[in-house]
Amino acid sequence: MDFPSSSAGIRRTFTLVLVVVGLILLALGGYLNPLTRATLNPILAAQTWISTRYMALRDFLTVPRDIASLRARNAELEDQVSLLQAQVIDLEQQMREAQVASALLGWARTRPQNQYVAADVVGRDPSPYLHYIFINQGSDNGIRRGMPVVTENGLVGRVDAINAVGARIQIITDPSSAVNVRLETAETEAILMGSLTGEISLEMIPQEVELQKGDIVLTSGLGGNFPQNLVVGQVVNVQQPQGSLFQEADIQPSVDFNSLKVVLVITNFKPIDVTPLLPTSVP
Amino acid sequence: MIVQMAIISRLPLLQGTVDLVLLVLLAWTLQEKVTTWWQWALIGGILVTYVSAMPSVTLLVGYLAATAFARIMQAQIWKTSVLAMFATVFLGTIVIHGLSIGVLLFSGTRIQLQESIQLVLFPSLLLNMLAALPVYILMKDLAGWLYPVEIQT
Repeated sequence: MDFPSSSAGIRRTFTLVLVVVGLILLALGGYLNPLTRATLNPILAAQTWISTRYMALRDFLTVPRDIASLRARNAELEDQVSLLQAQVIDLEQQMREAQVASALLGWARTRPQNQYVAADVVGRDPSPYLHYIFINQGSDNGIRRGMPVVTENGLVGRVDAINAVGARIQIITDPSSAVNVRLETAETEAILMGSLTGEISLEMIPQEVELQKGDIVLTSGLGGNFPQNLVVGQVVNVQQPQGSLFQEADIQPSVDFNSLKVVLVITNFKPIDVTPLLPTSVP
Repeated sequence: MIVQMAIISRLPLLQGTVDLVLLVLLAWTLQEKVTTWWQWALIGGILVTYVSAMPSVTLLVGYLAATAFARIMQAQIWKTSVLAMFATVFLGTIVIHGLSIGVLLFSGTRIQLQESIQLVLFPSLLLNMLAALPVYILMKDLAGWLYPVEIQT
C-alpha cells in the first residue's frame, strides 16, 4: 500500500487551490494591481503597436478603392446637379412663359367681344431697313392678311403676309406704317408714323390743338384697318414748327418691341377695304 | 436663314445687322473648287426675297450681283484669299444696301438717305467686315471637306 504519494498529491493540490484562491482574493482586494499593471502594460503596448501597423497597412491597401468609389459618387452627384440645374432653367422659362400667357389671357378677358389667336414671335425681317416680325401661326389657325396684332400692353401691328403655318407682321414702327389714332385728352385725330430708327411720331396735328405730355394715344378706327381704342402709346415730346400748319409729337410706344415674345392676333376683326370708295379720274 | 431671322436680326448695332446670307454666299463663291456658286446665290436670294418684306426682287438681284463680282475677283485678280473676301464683302454690302435704299426711296417709304447711311449702312458694313473672316474660314473648311485634294501616289 503506497500512502505517502497520494497524500503528497493531495497536499500539492490543496496548496495550489489555496494559492489560487488567495490570489483571487488579493486581486479582488486590489492588492495585485501594481503587479497586473506591470505585467499587462508591455503586452498592451505590443498589441497596440501591432494593431496600429495592421490598420495602416489595411488603409493603404483599401484607400484606392474608396477614392475610386468617392470619385464615382462625386461624378454621379455632379451629373445630378447638372440635370437639376437644367430642369430649373427649363421650369423658370416655363414659368416666364406662363406669366406672359397669363397676362395676355387676363387682357383678352377684358375684351370678350374679340377672338384671339396667340402666337410666338420667332424672328425678324432680315433687312435692317424694315420692321417686321414673324410668328408661328398662319392660315391654318384662322389668321388672315390685315388682321390686327396686339399684346396686353397695346397695339403691335397687323398681318402683312401669311402662309399655312406662319405670318409676317408689320409693326407700327416700320417706316411705311401709318395708323389712324386719336389723343385721349386732346380729343383729336392724327396719323401715327413709323421711322427707320424705330421711333413713332404723330403728324398732321392742327396747331390749335393743345398737346400735353403723357396724353394717351389710342387707335381711332378711322380707315378700318384697326379696331378702336387700342392703346398705342404716350406723348413724350411736342414739336410746333413755326410757319407750319401742323404740329408733331413723339410717342413712347406702350409695347416693348425689342422683347416681344408672344402676341395675340385678333381674328374676328375684318379690315375694311376702302379702295373701291376712293374717287377715280374719269377719262 | 433661320439663324439670320431668329438671332442675327435681333442683334443690331445702331440699326445695322450682319448679313449672314451674303457672307456665306460670298465666302462659298470665293472657294476655288466651287462651280455651283450662282445656283447657291439664286437659292439664297429667292429664300430671302420670299421671307423679307423688301419690295420686288431687290435682294435677289443684289445677291446675284455681289456673287458675280466675287467670282470675277476670284478668277481674274486674286486667287482665293482673305483679302478677296474682305473686298467682296465691302463692295457686296454697299451693293445690297444701295439697292435697298434706292428701292425703298423709289417706292415712297419714309426713310432719309443720310439717316440710312449713318444708322444702317455703316454699322452693317462694320459688322459684315468683322464677321467676314470667321465665315470665310468655315466655308474654306467646308469646301475642303466636300472637295478633298487628291493625293497622287
